[in-house]
Amino acid sequence: MKSIISYITEILKGIWTLLTGMKVTAKYFFTPWKHVTQQYPENRKTLKIAERFRGEVIMPHNENNEHKCTGCGICEINCPNGSIEIITKSLILEDGKKKRAIDQHIYHLGMCTFCNLCVKACPTGAIVMGQNFEHAVWDRSTLTKVLNQPGSKIMEGVKD
Amino acid sequence: MDELREVMITTDEIKTDEYLINMGPQHPSTHGVLRLLVQLEGEIVHNVQPHIGYIHSGIEKMAESLSYPQIGHLTDRMDYLSAHQNNEAVALCVENALQVEVPDRVKYIRTIMSELSRLASHQLWWCVMGMDMGALTTFFYGLRDREDILDIFEETCGARLTVNYSIPGGLMFDIHPNFQRDVKAFIKKFKTKLPEYDRLLSGNVIFTERTKGVGFLSKEDAIAYGVTGPTGRASGFACDLRKHRPYSAYDKVNFKEILSDVGDTYARYQVRMAEMWESMSIIEQLIDNIPEGDYAVKMKGVVKLPEGEFYQRVETARGEFGVFIVSDGKKNPYRVKFRSPGFSNLFAINHIAKGWKIADLVAIMSTFDLVIPDIDR
Ligand code: SF4
Ligand code: SF4
Repeated sequence: MKSIISYITEILKGIWTLLTGMKVTAKYFFTPWKHVTQQYPENRKTLKIAERFRGEVIMPHNENNEHKCTGCGICEINCPNGSIEIITKSLILEDGKKKRAIDQHIYHLGMCTFCNLCVKACPTGAIVMGQNFEHAVWDRSTLTKVLNQPGSKIMEGVKD
Repeated sequence: MDELREVMITTDEIKTDEYLINMGPQHPSTHGVLRLLVQLEGEIVHNVQPHIGYIHSGIEKMAESLSYPQIGHLTDRMDYLSAHQNNEAVALCVENALQVEVPDRVKYIRTIMSELSRLASHQLWWCVMGMDMGALTTFFYGLRDREDILDIFEETCGARLTVNYSIPGGLMFDIHPNFQRDVKAFIKKFKTKLPEYDRLLSGNVIFTERTKGVGFLSKEDAIAYGVTGPTGRASGFACDLRKHRPYSAYDKVNFKEILSDVGDTYARYQVRMAEMWESMSIIEQLIDNIPEGDYAVKMKGVVKLPEGEFYQRVETARGEFGVFIVSDGKKNPYRVKFRSPGFSNLFAINHIAKGWKIADLVAIMSTFDLVIPDIDR
C-alpha cells in the first residue's frame, strides 16, 4: 500500500514540476508584447548601433576631400594579419624638398579581424572604426578597398 | 512454445555485437566539430574516444610570428565565450614579465568584464543544456538574457564576442559612460530571471531523472584528469583560481567558491547555476567602487619581453586557462603554449560515460560545457 501511495505522489509531484515550468512559458505566451525579437532588416532605420562598434576601418575625409594620413605605415606594422597595405609616393614641395605622402591606403576588409590595433596605433588618428556591419557582397574583390578617396590630400598641419 | 520460452529466458543475457558509431563531427549536441568515436553495445556506451583537430587553427604557432599586443586578439577566437578572461591572461602574463603595475581602475574593470562574460557563458551553457535535453524553450530564454550582456560589451568594447578589450598595459578603451548604469540594470533584471530558469528546468522531473545520479566523476579522478572549472568543482575539487590564486581585483571581493561533493551531472548543473549568483554578487561589489584613474599605462611602441619563461593562469568560465610564453628577448615570443580548460576536461569523458546509455552521454557532454575551438585551438 505504502509503495502505491509513494508511486502516486511521485507522479503527481512530477506533473507539478512540469506545470511550474509551463507557467513560466505560459506567462510569456500571453504577454507577447514583451517580446525581444527584432524585426531586422525591416527596422534598419531605427536600428541603434553602439558608437564604438567595430564594423570596418574607415578614413574620414573633410569637406575639402582632405584626410589625416601621412603614410607612415604604422597601422600596417600593427595589423596582425596583413589587412592593410600602405603605398606611398613622394611629393616634391615648392622649396624642392621631397616629402612622403600616401598614395593608396589599401584595406582588405575580407581579412580584417576588427581588432582595433591599427586605429589605436595610428599617430594622427587618420583611421577610425565605422559602424557599418552589412558586408555581404557578390564579388569578394570588392572587399578590397582604397581608404583614401581619389584626389584627396592631407590636411593642413598634420605632421608625423 | 518451447522455443519462445527459450528466447524469453535468455533476453537478459543477450549480448549483441559491439559496434562503433561516429558522433560528430557534425552533430548538434557536440556544439561544434568534435568527433566522438563511440563503442556501443545496444544503447550502452563501452568506450568513447574523442577525435579532435577538425577546427585546429594553429593559434600557438601563429602567435610565434606576432607581437605581444597582437597575440591577445587571437585568444578571443579560442574560447570565444570567455574572450575577456583569455585576453586578460595574455595581458597579465606580459605585464608580469615586464613588471608593469596596472592602475586599480583597470583591475576592477577587468574583473567586472570577466564576471560578465562568465555570466554570459553560463547563460549560453544553460540554454544549450536544456536544448540538448529536448527543452527547446530554454534556448530562447537564455539567449534573451545573454543579449543584454552582449549589448553592454558592444557599447564598451566595440564588439560582442571577439572583444580584444584587455591588452598588455590596460584596456583598449575606457568604460562607456553608460556602463555602470547598464550593468546595474542588467543585474537587477537578471535577478528576477534566474529563479525563472530554476522553475523552468532545474526542478523539471524529466530533466532531473536524466541528470541525477548519472555520470559520476570522483574528486580523485577529477584531479588525475586535470578537470578544472565548474566541472571539477562539482566533484569537490577546490580549483577556483579566483579564490586560491587571486589576480586582478578578486582579492578585494567576497564570494563563495561553489563546491559540491556529489560529482554527478546534476551537481555540475547546480554548481554553474550557483556560480551565476556569485558572479552577480562580485559585480555588485565592484560596480559602484570603480576607482578613478587611467585605463591603461603607456607601453612602448614595440613591446619586448625579457628573456625567460612566463606563465599566467586565470579562471575562465570553463576552468583554468594558462598562458605560457617563452621569450628570447625579441618582439615576438619564441614559443607560446595555451593550457585550455576544455582540452583537459574533454578527455575525462571516456571515464565518466562508460557504462551509461548513449542519451546520458549527451547529458554528460552538455555539463562539460565544451567549446571546440578552445580544445583544438
Ligand atoms: S592611417 Fe595612420 S598609421 Fe596608417 S599610414 Fe596613415 S597615418 Fe600612418
Ligand atoms: S582592425 Fe585589426 S585586422 Fe583589421 S585592419 Fe586594423 S589591425 Fe588589421
